[in-house]
Amino acid sequence: MENISSVWPLAAVVISLTAAIPILLSERRPNLREGWTLLAGLGKLSIVAALLPGVMAGKRYVFTIAEVLPGVPIQLRVDAMGMFFALVASFLWIFTSLYSIGYMRTLREHDQTRYFASFAVAISATIGVAFSANLLTLYLFYEMLSLSTYPLVTHERNADSRASGRKYLTYILGTSIGLVLPAMLIVYAAAGTLDFTTGGILAGTTLSPATLALLLILFVAGFAKAGVMPFHAWLPAAMVAPTPVSSFLHGVAVVKVGVFSILRVIFDIFGPDLLRDLNYGVVLTYFVSITILSASLIALTQDNLKRRLAYSTVAQLSYMILGAGMLTAAGMTGGLLHIAMHAFGKITLFFCAGAIYVASHKKYISEMDGLGRRMPITYAAFFLGSMSIIGLPPFGGFISKWKLVVGAAEGGQMVILTVLLVSSLLNAAYFLPIVYRGFFMPPREASVAQVREAPAFCLVPLCVTALGSMALFFYPDIFLRLAHLALGE
Amino acid sequence: MSETNLHMVILAAPLLAAFAVNLLGRLSRAWIAPLTLGALGISTLASVGILFQVLGEGTIRYTVGNWSPPFGIELVVDPLSALMLLLVSSVALVATVSALKSVQLEMEGREHLFFTLYLILIAGLVGLVLTADAFNLYVLLEITSITSYGLIAMGRGRAVLSSFNYIIMGSIGASFYLLGVGYLYILTGSLNMADIAGILPGLNAGAAVATAFAFLLVGLWIKMAFFPLHGWLSPAYSHAPTGAGVLMAPLVTKVTIYLMIRIMFSVFSPEYVFSAHPGIQTAIVWAAALGILCASALALGQRDLRKMLTYIIVAEVGYMVGGVWLANANGMTGAVLHILNDALMTLCLFLSVSAIASRTSSLSFDSLGGLYRRMPLTMAAFTIGAFSMIGVPPTCGFFSKWYLILGGVEAGHWGFVAALVISSLVNAVLFFRIIEIAFFGNIPGEPVVQEAPTEAPWSMLSPLVVTAVALIVVGLGSGRIVSGIISLTIPGGF
Repeated sequence: MENISSVWPLAAVVISLTAAIPILLSERRPNLREGWTLLAGLGKLSIVAALLPGVMAGKRYVFTIAEVLPGVPIQLRVDAMGMFFALVASFLWIFTSLYSIGYMRTLREHDQTRYFASFAVAISATIGVAFSANLLTLYLFYEMLSLSTYPLVTHERNADSRASGRKYLTYILGTSIGLVLPAMLIVYAAAGTLDFTTGGILAGTTLSPATLALLLILFVAGFAKAGVMPFHAWLPAAMVAPTPVSSFLHGVAVVKVGVFSILRVIFDIFGPDLLRDLNYGVVLTYFVSITILSASLIALTQDNLKRRLAYSTVAQLSYMILGAGMLTAAGMTGGLLHIAMHAFGKITLFFCAGAIYVASHKKYISEMDGLGRRMPITYAAFFLGSMSIIGLPPFGGFISKWKLVVGAAEGGQMVILTVLLVSSLLNAAYFLPIVYRGFFMPPREASVAQVREAPAFCLVPLCVTALGSMALFFYPDIFLRLAHLALGE
Repeated sequence: MSETNLHMVILAAPLLAAFAVNLLGRLSRAWIAPLTLGALGISTLASVGILFQVLGEGTIRYTVGNWSPPFGIELVVDPLSALMLLLVSSVALVATVSALKSVQLEMEGREHLFFTLYLILIAGLVGLVLTADAFNLYVLLEITSITSYGLIAMGRGRAVLSSFNYIIMGSIGASFYLLGVGYLYILTGSLNMADIAGILPGLNAGAAVATAFAFLLVGLWIKMAFFPLHGWLSPAYSHAPTGAGVLMAPLVTKVTIYLMIRIMFSVFSPEYVFSAHPGIQTAIVWAAALGILCASALALGQRDLRKMLTYIIVAEVGYMVGGVWLANANGMTGAVLHILNDALMTLCLFLSVSAIASRTSSLSFDSLGGLYRRMPLTMAAFTIGAFSMIGVPPTCGFFSKWYLILGGVEAGHWGFVAALVISSLVNAVLFFRIIEIAFFGNIPGEPVVQEAPTEAPWSMLSPLVVTAVALIVVGLGSGRIVSGIISLTIPGGF
């Protein structure tokens, strides 16, 4: 692989970070302020897109920010896996921004300047995670993301959001300091480096299998943004945030960053071969299967739409780790692909949930009877998004799920295969009734008759992402190619 | 002996300014600021000069009054003391900008007295860093302590009582140290550190040497507030005038840790310290771990911002003592780097405290509600300081903690590793509790009152912002600091 020294990775990361300053300064001129947000978003996507051809050709762009520890610089490196994630995040980011503008303005939310500034820092941190060249840099941006999303999660500033914010930080920061940091130090003490290397860096070290098992546990549990049970409870709690924040948490950034970090560690710190030799992959898949099934079951019982979506996310995140844990080519590809496919599907669903709230101020599924006929576009998009998550053709979700099924079958994992099938049925069981109630049940309240579609700023993004998740079925090539490159095939 | 006398400039500038401030400050307070800042500015510039000189030419030795050692007093500037000189003088300079304002607010009319003591304290700290004479060290230790007692007693309320408490504890500590020096003098007939270090290994007096070593250590531990000898610190620093707090909190304990390193490795040797008495080394690291945990627990119990910070200082002392006693290069690197980082972090937090105190009635948690809206810049800087204490990269606190934990992993001392990780978590709780109050306001559920920003005066804000930026710059530069300076300070035998 060819390494090219370039400042563009740094530019991609810091462009929105710097945009936070003019955003803060343009408090009195909202249009200008949102202009900065969109400008930075477009700039970021352009930079990422400009790096794409090189990465597809097998190049890696490197930028060293500072030499901080012997053998471990703070360094950015754009490789296929990072590009994969950055592409998804920076693309969806623009639509999240547009949607935020519509949502926040329609609801006349307070403190919009702080909101957009925090958002800008958070997306910088996300791209930083994607482009991190080593575990230390990843940890740095991971923490930056946790801290910058705190004001977003607690945006409402009431007792509820205070409690949720506390829960959010306790889980996210507590695990990263308490589990990931020591794990990172043990890796560094043993391997002398933290560089992400295809095939891993732990293979030749003197660490005993027991220590390696401990490390795996520390990492999988420590990156609690991935919501693997029992460290998932922050996710439903964080639903008190405004809906664009939830879609950012679920679609673009936070939870995906957690999964991405775990996949990085599995692929580039442990290395699939080492895990295969120790037979830890199977253990990991069984472990996350518990999360998949129980989170899906809990989702069934939730009446609050956003909470149902949150539990669905918990289950879907574990799909990605499940795929990686299979340690077969198809499984790992499927796990990685599912990051993109789920992002498009889930962000659509959250956009729809927000649009429903903006238009009708309803949060509970049981109140939404008949709403679909008043908001056909939103509900159609919701249907498309849920089909993708269930994993049916012609939607992107089918491709990743197919890969996962193939991966399980290749590995002869009948149990995993069953888990995948059962959970797909559960997905259908908790999504489709929402659509059914919307279109076919008579409205329970008279107020439903006055409801109209949400404003265009909300509607356009959700249509784009819904169609996007369909487009991914027909044109998955870029993502497939990047996934293959990332896995060194 | 060196050609230039830069180190004398560093020492003399604050000392002479102290007298000038006392005389001219009586005539007009307009003299105080230029004299103080001018002297400290000169000290800082000279420290930068001497740091480069030492890095370029090696250790500088200077004999005061040309009385050759071991009879005369010798001053030594090696890489470690050059780093400390720069730290002391620059922290003092930055702290003074804020102190000038807060002293003016708190004790109108007594400013010249305050700054006289203040400058002598700084001169004493510089002297402590420079001296290579064990008895001279005692004298300077008392100079810094006595000026501290005076500065603390100038505070309001229970300050006098706290100062008295500190006098008792401080005098006990000084007596221990002096006893230790006495033993060494009887054994070796010398007070010069290098001279003693040359004579000690040849002596056949194990118990007496051990007693001397123990007395010296305990004396310094009391002075640095190493748990459980920390009782004086919290009341003293929380009742001191804000202007004295910003100087003492970052510097006094850190300089004392430097002195411990000096005694351990310049008077005694790593072989003696770590190997002569089996079990002691591990026991002290355990004590440090325990101290970290207990001080963190005490910090959790506080409901006043400044009191909480004072207990964090005690916990951080455990970090550094533990790091030095891990007896490996990573632990030592971490400890020295943490002296630097902790001084800066404490400075940042105490500067924010004085900025906040200038605008709020008290520093109890209840009066901190809604501060993010009222003082956005102050709180931004406070947040950076807090992140550094928690150990969030790229702030500097992360990197010293990294070396310390790595040293613990290498030494297989899991108790110390656990204590560091737990203390980071406790710090996260401590600071997010305040961040939450400041972000949300006080009473849950009550609508937030929209208040216009009322930032602290610019003279308190600018040093704070500078320090907050320094936390990140030093963090990103820690690779260079370690390879360029700190690696030179690791004594042979590690």
